Parts: sequence; C-alpha cells; structure tokens
Amino acid sequence: MLDKNGIAKRIAKEIKDGYYVNLGIGIPTLVANYIPDDISVVLQSENGLLGMGPFPYEGEEDPDLINAGKQTITMLPGSAVFDSAMSFGMIRAQKVDLTILGAMEVSEYGDIANWKIPGKLVKGMGGAMDLVASAKNIIVAMQQVNRAGESKLLPACTLPLTGVRCIRKVVTEMAVFEVDAENGGFCLLERAPGVSVDEIRNATAGRFSTRGDVPEMQL
Amino acid sequence: MINKVVNNAQEAIAGMTDGMTLMLGGFGLCGIPENCINEIVKQGITGLTCISNNAGVDDFGIGLMLRKRQVKKMIASYVGENAEFERQLLSGELDVELIPQGTLATRCLAAGYGMPAIFTPAGVGTEVAEGKEVRNFGGKDYLMEMAFEADFAIVKAWRGDTAGNLIYRRTARNFNPIMAMAGKITIAEVEELVEVGELDPDHIHTPGIYVHRIFRGTDYEKRIEQRTVRAN
Repeated sequence: MLDKNGIAKRIAKEIKDGYYVNLGIGIPTLVANYIPDDISVVLQSENGLLGMGPFPYEGEEDPDLINAGKQTITMLPGSAVFDSAMSFGMIRAQKVDLTILGAMEVSEYGDIANWKIPGKLVKGMGGAMDLVASAKNIIVAMQQVNRAGESKLLPACTLPLTGVRCIRKVVTEMAVFEVDAENGGFCLLERAPGVSVDEIRNATAGRFSTRGDVPEMQL
Repeated sequence: MINKVVNNAQEAIAGMTDGMTLMLGGFGLCGIPENCINEIVKQGITGLTCISNNAGVDDFGIGLMLRKRQVKKMIASYVGENAEFERQLLSGELDVELIPQGTLATRCLAAGYGMPAIFTPAGVGTEVAEGKEVRNFGGKDYLMEMAFEADFAIVKAWRGDTAGNLIYRRTARNFNPIMAMAGKITIAEVEELVEVGELDPDHIHTPGIYVHRIFRGTDYEKRIEQRTVRAN
C-alpha cells in the first residue's frame, strides 16, 4: 500500500522530457518532488505562471508570487507570467501536455466529481472544470476508498460532476488503472507493492478487469 | 495625456451605490485592491453583486464585505478558504453562482474585447450547463457563456502612471488586467504612481484607455494566505 508520497512518486514516472504539466492541489502538488533531474519539465500554475519553482526559503516569501493553491512559491529561470484568461487559453488550446488532479469520485466511464458535496461542503470547482474539459492527458491521483471504507471508483458518480468521460488513468494507494470510456470499466494495469489483485478488486465498486498477469509497480 | 488621478479610495469609488455589480481583481489574497475594499466596507454600500475568483478569508479582502452583509450575490470559482462565506451560503443568506475559473476569466476578457459571448467546453454535462445553450463545433460540445457586465471594475496594479497605464507584478497579475478591461468604470489602485513617460510603452499590461480613475494606495498589508517554505 502506498502513502501519498508513493502515489506522487508513481505518477511522476508518467512525466516525459519536454512536458508542460499542470499539478492540482493536494497529492498532485507532491509530484513535483519526484520529477527526475535528467528531464526538462515546465510546471504551469493556472493563476498565471509557467516555470513554477520550489517553495521559497524562509524570509524569501513574496506575497505577489503564489501558486493555484495560494502557496508561496518561486520562479525558475525562463519563467513567464500572464493573466488568468491566457492561462486558461493555453489549457483550452491543449498546449499543456499533462494534467494531474485529485478527485472525490471517478466513474467507470471516466466521469469525475471533485468540487461539491451538496449541503455539506461547497468549495467550488476552481480551474478543475476547465482542465478536465480540455486537457488531452489527465491523471487522477486519489485514495481508492473514502474514510468510511467505500470505494471511490464507482459505476456512476453520486456527487455533482466536474466533467464527463474525461479521465483515462487513475493512480491510487493500491493500483494504477486505465479507464475504458467506450465500454465502461477500470482495467488494472499495476498493483502497489504487496497488494493483491483480489484486494484491489474488492476495493473497486465499478466494473473491474485485468489483462493477463498484473505487474507490481516499479517505484 | 488625460489625467486619471484621484486622491484616494474615497474619491475613487464616488458614485458607487447600493445594488451595483462590482468586479474585484486578485487571486486568493494576492493582488487584491485592499484600499478600495476597505473603503467600501467603511461606507457600508450594500446589496452588491461581486464578481471575483475568490471571496477572501474571514477577516481580509472580500471577507470583510461578507462579514458586514454588504454582498447580496457572489460570483466566484473557488471559495474554500472562507468559513463565514460557507455559513451564509448554506443558510441561504447569500446568493452564490460558482463558475469555472477559466469561464470567469474569459467572460471578463470578452467584455473587454467587446464580444457578447464565448463558447467553452468547461462545465458541459455538469450542473454548470443547466439552462445554457450548447453548441457543437467539430464534434465537441461547448457552452455559450455571456460576457460580464459590471458597473465598476476594481483592480490592483504594481505601477501605474497618471494616464492610467498599468503594470502588474508576478502572479498578482491574475485577474486584474482582464477585469480592468471589463468595467463600465474601472478603478486602479497602485503601489507606485508615476508621471506619464516613466513607464516603457512596451511593458504596459493595461493601456490607460481602460482605466477611468487611478490612485496610489497606502498601507498595503499584502497578506500571505498559505506561507510555505522549504528547509534551509
């Protein structure tokens, strides 16, 4: 079973040299810590920055320089700052190669819900609806089950949707899945170290399939 | 050059009355027009519709206006940092329209570019699409979203000149340039106000034609919402 950093580490392996990448809030933010040194990647922050660097050293925080999670950050050499309309322009125009975001629920057809629990919690969708509607390559980083132990990989989402049939890949503490948006279903691609196919099957409420032997993740 | 300078926030918001629609620049607490917000709170203007990406925090930014019940309706994309906001929303005291961040930004842009509407895929198939026209282009569905109309747009810039030309700093740019283009009356408060000719025309982000009133703000707190640092 992976912890949050383990999920981030596995997702970092999906990032290729030359990619522009948008990282959402939460586990996706951690992915930046595991990008290999030998590839060049530019991180986009949707408030209006390309070239996001690490957190600043204490005393060097700049209130004019934050990421989409409102955290103080730094800029790397070659960075560019722009307004929020251009930021979503480049997202809509599919200039961003990879988007990684969190989710409350994902359906077997690749629907995603991550912005609202009616009557309980209303945070808003922020940029998530724009990202899932336009991005060509989205990976969801999420826990396989909620606090009540119920699967978050469902036949259909129960919460208000963020986007329809847009998620192709999900990485959890237990597994890596491919989503079959045509026929519906979670195809198990990899197991977390020490986790069996049966354990993953039992934690997946949506349709579940495998293709031959399922390898363990290489981290 | 036309001189757009007013002395302070009080003069800048002259003519703002109850029930108006305001656009307020900023992302989180970054690049928000602190002086004008404080003045609106002081004057107690009420029944306002506010268009802003976020709603501040409980004791800063638009949160101050919410606390005094000056806001009738909030149009925003993310409001997760404000407990008083959430309380007013869940109790039905506050009318709220949550819209995707890119839609919010582009509806401002459309207003400033003189276009009545945009088409965006954001929100197709979700509750955001309810009651909206859907058009199919090239096999993909898009929602028609209307350009915003705002009585006042209030933005914060880093430097500005007396003719209203503006330059923003770092990610404090965010929604400010696009909202600056979208107000019937646009107010810019700046950290540094210079004479015409002192800003390089090649470096201007907002041309002064969009700005009606400009003043040098004072006592900027520039509060940091999430102070995150790495180990030395």
